[in-house]
Amino acid sequence: MSKSNFTRRGVIKTGAVAGAGLAVPQYLRADGHAGFTNAPGDSEVVLGFNVPQSGPYADEGADELRAYELAVEHLNGGGDGGMLQTFSSKALDGTGILGREVKYVTGDTQTKSDAARASARSMIEKDGAIMITGGSSSGVAVAVQALCQEAGIMFMAGLTHSNDTTGKDRKANGFRHFFNSYMTGAALAPVLAAQYGTDRKAYHLTADYNWGYTTEEAIRASTEAMGWETVNSVKTPLTQTDFSSYIAPVLNSGADVLVLNHYGGNMINSLTNAVQFGLRDAQANGKNFEIVVPLYSELMARGAGANIAGILGSQNWDWKIENQLGAKYAGTNAFVQSFGTKYGFPPSQAAHTTYVQTLLYADAVQRAGSFAPCAVVEALEGFEFDGMGNGPTLYRADDHQCFKDVLVVRGKENPENEFDLVEIVEVTPVDQVTYAPDHPQMGGADASLGECNNGA
Amino acid sequence: MDQIIVQVLNGLDKGSAYALIALGLTIIFGTLGVVNFAHGALFMMGAFCAVITSKILSASHRVVDETRTDFLGNPLEVETFYVQDWFGMAAGQTIMEWAVPIAIIFAIPVMILVGFAMERGLIKHFYHRPHADQILVTFGLALVIGEIIKYTFGANPIQTPAPPAFTGSLDFGVFLGYEAQTIMYPYWRLVYFFFSAIIIAAVFAFLQFTTFGMVVRAGMADRETVGLLGINIDKRFTFMFGLAAAVAGVAGVMYAPIVAPNYNMGLDFLVLSFVVVVVGGMGSLPGAVAAGFLLGILESFASMPAIVDILPGINQIIIYLVAILILLTRPRGLMGRKGVMEE
Amino acid sequence: MTDQTTQTPVSTPARAKPAKGGFLGLTSNDSTLLMIIFGLLIFAPFILNPFPEGSAMAQFNAGYPDLMQRFVIFGIFAIGFNILFGLTGYLSFGHAAFLGVGSYAAIWSMKLVTLNVIPAIIMAIIVAGAFSWVVGKISLRRSGIYFSILTLAFAQMSYALAYSVLTPITGGETGLQIKNTDNPLFGSLNPGEIGRANFFGLEMGNSYMLEIGNWVFTFNLGYYIAAVAMLVAFYLSIRIFRSPFGIMLRAVKSNQQRMNYTGLEPKRYTLWAFVISGMFAGLAGGLMVAMDTQVGPERMFWTASGEVVIMTILGGAGTLMGPVLGAGFIKYLENIVSKINKDILHQWFAFLPDGFEDLMVTLVYPFVGKGWHLTMGILFMLVVIFLPGGLVEGGKRIAGLFTRKKTADKES
Repeated sequence: MSKSNFTRRGVIKTGAVAGAGLAVPQYLRADGHAGFTNAPGDSEVVLGFNVPQSGPYADEGADELRAYELAVEHLNGGGDGGMLQTFSSKALDGTGILGREVKYVTGDTQTKSDAARASARSMIEKDGAIMITGGSSSGVAVAVQALCQEAGIMFMAGLTHSNDTTGKDRKANGFRHFFNSYMTGAALAPVLAAQYGTDRKAYHLTADYNWGYTTEEAIRASTEAMGWETVNSVKTPLTQTDFSSYIAPVLNSGADVLVLNHYGGNMINSLTNAVQFGLRDAQANGKNFEIVVPLYSELMARGAGANIAGILGSQNWDWKIENQLGAKYAGTNAFVQSFGTKYGFPPSQAAHTTYVQTLLYADAVQRAGSFAPCAVVEALEGFEFDGMGNGPTLYRADDHQCFKDVLVVRGKENPENEFDLVEIVEVTPVDQVTYAPDHPQMGGADASLGECNNGA
Repeated sequence: MDQIIVQVLNGLDKGSAYALIALGLTIIFGTLGVVNFAHGALFMMGAFCAVITSKILSASHRVVDETRTDFLGNPLEVETFYVQDWFGMAAGQTIMEWAVPIAIIFAIPVMILVGFAMERGLIKHFYHRPHADQILVTFGLALVIGEIIKYTFGANPIQTPAPPAFTGSLDFGVFLGYEAQTIMYPYWRLVYFFFSAIIIAAVFAFLQFTTFGMVVRAGMADRETVGLLGINIDKRFTFMFGLAAAVAGVAGVMYAPIVAPNYNMGLDFLVLSFVVVVVGGMGSLPGAVAAGFLLGILESFASMPAIVDILPGINQIIIYLVAILILLTRPRGLMGRKGVMEE
Repeated sequence: MTDQTTQTPVSTPARAKPAKGGFLGLTSNDSTLLMIIFGLLIFAPFILNPFPEGSAMAQFNAGYPDLMQRFVIFGIFAIGFNILFGLTGYLSFGHAAFLGVGSYAAIWSMKLVTLNVIPAIIMAIIVAGAFSWVVGKISLRRSGIYFSILTLAFAQMSYALAYSVLTPITGGETGLQIKNTDNPLFGSLNPGEIGRANFFGLEMGNSYMLEIGNWVFTFNLGYYIAAVAMLVAFYLSIRIFRSPFGIMLRAVKSNQQRMNYTGLEPKRYTLWAFVISGMFAGLAGGLMVAMDTQVGPERMFWTASGEVVIMTILGGAGTLMGPVLGAGFIKYLENIVSKINKDILHQWFAFLPDGFEDLMVTLVYPFVGKGWHLTMGILFMLVVIFLPGGLVEGGKRIAGLFTRKKTADKES
């Protein structure tokens, strides 16, 4: 446990500084002197970390928060600097952002869009946050992104995988580092074809909400292009816990692959049920029956326990990637080292993406020389960087989506510990997962970022 | 036809979970007249009895293995399980794998005590308070229990597998003359079904054939008169509360391998169990059991692809739709008694 | 049923008739109450911001637009719920559905017709009223717990369908926001411009900041519009409580059978109460959209219905002020306590020696931040155990303490 930022002297100092009128919220203030919402003062800048702290994704939120705290520490020159050492842009120098010490406030999204917006608004209106980041579901990300666009605040999305975040609901003030459903489909399909053959019949179980739809659409499109056939797809209620009645009909439906377009608790339960019903050991159409989980997360893998053994899925990042695949993924070990030293276990991909987002934002401000959202947007658009654990990465200007390699992973048969549950099967290069900004899955030609908004 | 059999089996299994929870709830709710919003929490506590037992049995100490390193390059600390130290590798492994059935032995007394403590410490003072106050206090209690679990175990579901002897599935279709792999049914779900049948039968037998049960039934029908006869009905009600908690608890323990427990599962089941109890009819134990199985089976049918294709979304709402239809055609649910909770 | 005949509140309509010529037709007590609410609403930006900016206590300030709006909106929601539950005793467990339906109506009004909030709010009230009439008509065929489960079932079905099958209308999980492709009928947006909710041209987000020393007070247009709605809602609620109609509703609670015998039809009155409270919920839903142009289906989930039940009971069911207090209490916990993190605790306890500081942080931390549900649960239990009758009862006791003191002073 480190609490280096909060020596008593530090607190008295910040107290005095804040007393001098720094923490004054300037949201939509009529006399907005700096020309944008919540312009920070000369010594401090406040970031808003809006993560789920209650509800099903609370553990994921906790990991995101750890990463944010680490990022703040590194930005302020504490710790070992983490990815700042490996980041290709050298604008950040450990003296905060543009010479201002980084402070942060936290809030609970409850994984509900109403609560997430309430929390984000309180950060903007009360705490004077200049940037909001976080979230662990796409509904929340889209809702908070729209709010930030309206208020003239930057939004750096956390864990959100639905196409819509940078597809039909993209916004000029919002940026996403995490990958998306389309990329999952594009990355998984070739591996699936190589591993399981091209004449497979797939059965989809899909969580009955937005993210489920986009993921199913992406997987179907890319597997069908490989020659697979989709036998059936059934939507399951989000609140379902026992999936037996959905799993049982799969075996004699003529399918030989089950695709579980589920996330979080849904995925843990549906996969557990599928294994209980013997699907993993079954034979169909003369082949071994296979199960695919498009989006993996470490927490889900931990929750599913031994059931994930041998099951393919995709990830944005994994903490072992640099060790296994070499220096192309530099940054990974630096991050794992400082995260592991501070907290005692390796970071999850949710922690990675939020840490990277915070650094990318800080760097963009530093390069732009201004906190004004439109300046930051300009600095981030088309920004190419490296050394953040994903290899060379591009923040595309057209839709504010990061383009980078996608990992295809498989659940380990004999994991050594609870943090080492997946093995990297393949890394799909960025070219294969890149798509046109007006791709039909991403909202088509209608989708537009709109104008960046500086607020008041 | 085979698909219908599959869904009947699934429905029976879901139904037995619903019926067990509803049975406990209806004892507290329909007979003691207490709206217990903490009943889902009791179910969850049961499931966490399984988790805790599993954790205790797999308690370990760390031995530093100098030959290997962890992810930061430090020497690896290897977990060594106490049960394996004491009973040998193989026997220790078996004990750890049988955590869930072992948990039943602990869960019954623990949950009865929890029930006693809840009734004596809290609920007792609310028998004569409005239902609204009961809702508030028990909901508060449910939140507190849930948060304690979250604080201790995190929010992520915790996998608590069934013993290896019960993993895998029974090829049920073969007995009925179908081809292999047509109707598969996991062994543990069969266990769950028979287990709940036994518990339900035991509760009924207890109330039907013992003097104690007779007095309790009389007390449910007319508490005051029984009290006037010089029988200490309060004490018996405390016991009934403990019984209800134990029923919810064992339902939870046995459910842990089916759905990995997390701190929110109590709330997930809360609303559903209220619907089951009310559809069954207030104050009726057979009603609660019947409604549990009915709703379980209908829910399974509604999720069949053929049906969802015709009526999209029916799988989302079936339970509530059926509840509405039943309550509109039968004023007091399936077997409700007149005058219970109708005000 | 029979044991309740001893209570005869129907025969005590002493305060029923409003004193003729009183302020807005209210008795002096009631007009005082209304004036208190009026004062609280007007001066909320001051009252809720008692601590100077930058001080350690500033964390507890609630005087920022979003939370003030939420206090008022959920206050209205709870007031409406209380008209049904507090007076008739019918416990609806599906009231959030009306709030949600109202919200969807309001946002569609903004997307299609005009960005002005007034038509949107009116639409919300009408649609929520119509929906609650349908639900009420069916659900009121049963009473007691059967009624509660019927309303719950309708709300859960609305939630589930809005989340999934009705995605084209409701936006599914993502919900609905105003987009740059929306161009309402009466509006003059530039192409690509995202419309903002306004009140005849004035945007909801408009605020005036008043700085006095280290204090900053925010006066937000949206909040004051919501406050006006709250004042009207509260006034209507007083009038209903004191009207013959209100007496009838109380009669429904105490003895339906007797009402039947006297030839009155309790169902009709109850249905009206149900529809009125549904319209209040619609008003709240419409205001939510007006303040923050976004709707998501989780607004209709049973926990949201449960929340308004809890607010009302916590504050004091059947009292005029209770629901408002309960709503404020819960929203305050949700928005303020949940934001306290470890660093803030370290700041608070920084004056202690290091060991004690860590100890205090360790002790307090489970109850704040992500542990705010724990604090809420404990407070629910404490209130209901020690203050039967809710927060209003607590207020009365405190008031009683002072008056007793005063009389004691006089006597001595």
